[in-house]
Amino acid sequence: MLADAAGEPYSAYLLLGMMILLAAGFACAPLVLSAILAPKKPGEIKESAFECGLESKGDPWVQFKVQYYLCALAFVIFDIEVVFIYPWAVAFTGLSFGAFLAMGVFIILLAESLIYLWIKGVLTWK
Amino acid sequence: MTTENLNAGFDLDDTTRAELERAGVIVSSVDSLYNWARGGSVWPLTFGLACCAIEMIASATSRFDISRFGSEVFRASPRQADLMIVSGTVTKKMAPQVVRIFNQMPEPKWVIAMGACAISGGPFKQGYNVLKGIDRYIPVDVYLPGCPPRPEAVLQSLNYLQEKIRTQDIKSDPAFTKGRRQYPVPRFTGTDLEPPYNPEVWQPPANPNAKPLEEATA
Repeated sequence: MLADAAGEPYSAYLLLGMMILLAAGFACAPLVLSAILAPKKPGEIKESAFECGLESKGDPWVQFKVQYYLCALAFVIFDIEVVFIYPWAVAFTGLSFGAFLAMGVFIILLAESLIYLWIKGVLTWK
Repeated sequence: MTTENLNAGFDLDDTTRAELERAGVIVSSVDSLYNWARGGSVWPLTFGLACCAIEMIASATSRFDISRFGSEVFRASPRQADLMIVSGTVTKKMAPQVVRIFNQMPEPKWVIAMGACAISGGPFKQGYNVLKGIDRYIPVDVYLPGCPPRPEAVLQSLNYLQEKIRTQDIKSDPAFTKGRRQYPVPRFTGTDLEPPYNPEVWQPPANPNAKPLEEATA
């Protein structure tokens, strides 16, 4: 049967289609079989939303301040700054004037953004 | 087709079965096929309470290799686990959580009480804050003694459990019948658990030294 199919102009697509069907069946079969075969013994605790030894308390839809986001953003910026400055500082004596200048520009840019954040009042926790 | 129809006609005696197996024919009932599949893929819950948990973890490492028995898939969610290895001391404060997690596991489910503490309270039995055996609240299938038991013992307890699974009857086992089932979760009152045990799974043993009632009152 496959030999016949190979003669057809679209045989490659036929095989691909069969492959897709087989793959989908292989992936779905365990889900369908377990839905049919698994014994169902529900209970109040089993049906609860979270799988935890402790009972969940309060409302999960908690609102939190947007200030957390700004603080996290500022933290990420200065965290990256440390990552760049540290290797630069270690290799400082062996570096050219160009490297010093480049790092100077980088630090000035970040310092400028820090001053901007300061003025905007991000650093004061309300 | 019901399981009853499938099981009919397979009540062969062991000699005939062995003879057929020699000839390359395997005759099996639905029960034994189910139990063979279930026993070979017991997924334990990733759940450790005390020092026994270290031995349980060791049994999953390559030196002891629990995957030889099909149980290497330690599930982090009770919804995907079949087996709860109560590995270690169950304090009274922890017992409600253990029972709650056990309730969240799908049926059929099994329990191995690992180590002296999980069986009876162990060296802390006389203490004020340790549960004197997890079998007071959940049904234990295999008791694995030791303090702590070695990983080989964990594997042997798993083998015993697989032997037990092989004898399960799908039609009569309560895990397979329809309906709701939940083991009551005890409440920690600050000093003790309320109720002290689940009478459906555990009853206090009769005291052999107790005097008969007439004698005591006379």
